[in-house]
Amino acid sequence: MKIGVVGLGKMGLSHLSMINAHPDVEVAGIVDSAGYLLDVLGKYTGMQRFSDYETMLDTVELDAVLIATPTRMHEPMVRAALERDLHVFCEKPLCLTSAESIALGELADERGLVTQVGYHNKFVGAFQEVRNLLDAKAIGQVTHVLAEAYGPVVLRAKGSTWRSRKSEGGGCLYDYAAHPIDLLTWYLGAPVGVGGSQLRRVFSDHTEDEVLATMYFEEGVSSQISVNWSDESCRKMTTKVTIWGTAGRIQADRQECQVYLRDTVEPPPGYQHGWNTKYTTELTDPTWFYLRGEEYSAQLDYFVQRVRAGKVEGVNTFQSAAVTDRALELISQDAAVGTSLRELRPAQPTPATTTDRMKRRIFRKQP
Amino acid sequence: MTTQIAPSPAHRTDRMPRLLFGDNQFFGVNHMSEEKARQQAMRFQNLDSIVRVLDAACDEGIDTFMCTTHDRIGEICAHVRANPERYADFTFYPCMPYAHKYADAVTEDGMLGAIRRFLPEEGLFNAAFRGGRALATKDVEGIITLLVDAEMAAFRGVRTPVIWLQNVVVDLLLGLDFKDAFSIFDEHVRTRYGAEPGYITMNLPRALDMFDDIGLVNPIVCSNINKLGFRMSGGIEEYQAALRDRQFRAVAMSVFASGAIPPREALEWVCSQPQIESIVFGASSRANIAQTAELVAEFC
Repeated sequence: MKIGVVGLGKMGLSHLSMINAHPDVEVAGIVDSAGYLLDVLGKYTGMQRFSDYETMLDTVELDAVLIATPTRMHEPMVRAALERDLHVFCEKPLCLTSAESIALGELADERGLVTQVGYHNKFVGAFQEVRNLLDAKAIGQVTHVLAEAYGPVVLRAKGSTWRSRKSEGGGCLYDYAAHPIDLLTWYLGAPVGVGGSQLRRVFSDHTEDEVLATMYFEEGVSSQISVNWSDESCRKMTTKVTIWGTAGRIQADRQECQVYLRDTVEPPPGYQHGWNTKYTTELTDPTWFYLRGEEYSAQLDYFVQRVRAGKVEGVNTFQSAAVTDRALELISQDAAVGTSLRELRPAQPTPATTTDRMKRRIFRKQP
Repeated sequence: MTTQIAPSPAHRTDRMPRLLFGDNQFFGVNHMSEEKARQQAMRFQNLDSIVRVLDAACDEGIDTFMCTTHDRIGEICAHVRANPERYADFTFYPCMPYAHKYADAVTEDGMLGAIRRFLPEEGLFNAAFRGGRALATKDVEGIITLLVDAEMAAFRGVRTPVIWLQNVVVDLLLGLDFKDAFSIFDEHVRTRYGAEPGYITMNLPRALDMFDDIGLVNPIVCSNINKLGFRMSGGIEEYQAALRDRQFRAVAMSVFASGAIPPREALEWVCSQPQIESIVFGASSRANIAQTAELVAEFC
């Protein structure tokens, strides 16, 4: 299978290394707008290099493209590939609007092409185990979820790459919060609404560094989002989900999945009532190549196998990424409306409850 | 345009110690539990607490410290330099680069910005010249040697007979088929530091193939080797075949599979594998260090 790789930033270079090592893949072309790295790779690895994407598409015979450019560029690049009947693996998030993502998904469907977006957490054993537990109704009816991600990305008022520019798709929401939000949509489906969203700056001038929001799902399920990429206390990105249900609770991060199961339901095979812990060592399948984590290799292998089998359905298709893009869009829109201060307004002259009287007293005390 | 490396017997180190002391526990790295990693980071945020554990390791006869080039390692080097009698036999095996430092810098400044940020402090004119020329002429050799020198600055005046290239970089270059980078690192470590280059990889069989291709003779290679096959890409059988049939100096890491294998069982298995020259392990307490040393003495 012949593949072209577009964008040689941090993610693109990792993808290139992993896909180049894949036994079923030949990298037929690499594209980047910055000449330096491209020239180095061309000179030292012999890969065929292009400074222009369209030129590569017109010059090289390909089965698929792997796109790892800034988010703003995804839509036209993905479209150009689909129109040439190429399968597409694209880095997350797919597009800056869900309308674009939906349209790309429809185009891929019409042409029977395999699509995949780089939400690698779905290939982390512990997060997959959460999905298995939810499918097995292990904790009964889910009531609430806390989705968190913290890490040390922007730690000072500086930064000059596309990640610091909102218009390019940078910022904590699209670049960081997209991961836990995508996990939420995987576990709970499309949100029906969002509220209380805040996109807060800590150090950045033009983008947010913190994302806080509530998401609402079917059947009265809600989720809090707490994401901060200006958190130096974490050595690297830490993503965590905690899920409460009527019959227990699940807490998972990349390393382990901790589960409490009440005795009101039968535990799934391999679990017992009370606390259970499954570690990454038992939840992770081996991969053909390891760089930075099994999940990165695993998602690329999954894409390759889907293309070989012509399997259009699967995990992380453009359709599922469009749901996540919609959620990101809703949070942006909700945050733009501003914080609701309804609770702080003086109560209307209706029969006062104890709580209302207390609220007014508190309100009066404030300067 | 791959450069063949001539064998350099002049720089061969003696046999490495059976046990090397690792540093993951000091810097919040734990492959099983993020919570455990955080607790360890809290426990070891003062130099004193790290030094106490290193001293315990020395007292158990383990005085080779295989460590990243994390900023705080500089403090440990300073402590060792300041106490030459206490650390007469103490040896560092630096592993470079400390990948997170670069990854974060790339996020902030882009690829080239990150490289520029890590110019070495020493010989600024020389560095700037080499750096400038490297960027202008796409001279990868200049950049690689420059970054190695920047990473080695903290280790001036302490013993570093083996210098490792970290797995994130080895495996990135391996996947890219970037053979010359290995040759350049190898040559620079031997000539400038009189040290033996070592390579950490999560893809041992594939890495050995590449080292053969570029003519590295009997390279020092560190990889996960454990009874569970945890993070042994290519499969445990291929690793065992490599240990049996290939010529390299094997260092086993992650022998406990991050705690998933009980110590006795883990060490009995790893010691029964052929050709393992050293085992690198991390521990936070004197009791665990002593237990590992005793078990290795029993099995190896």
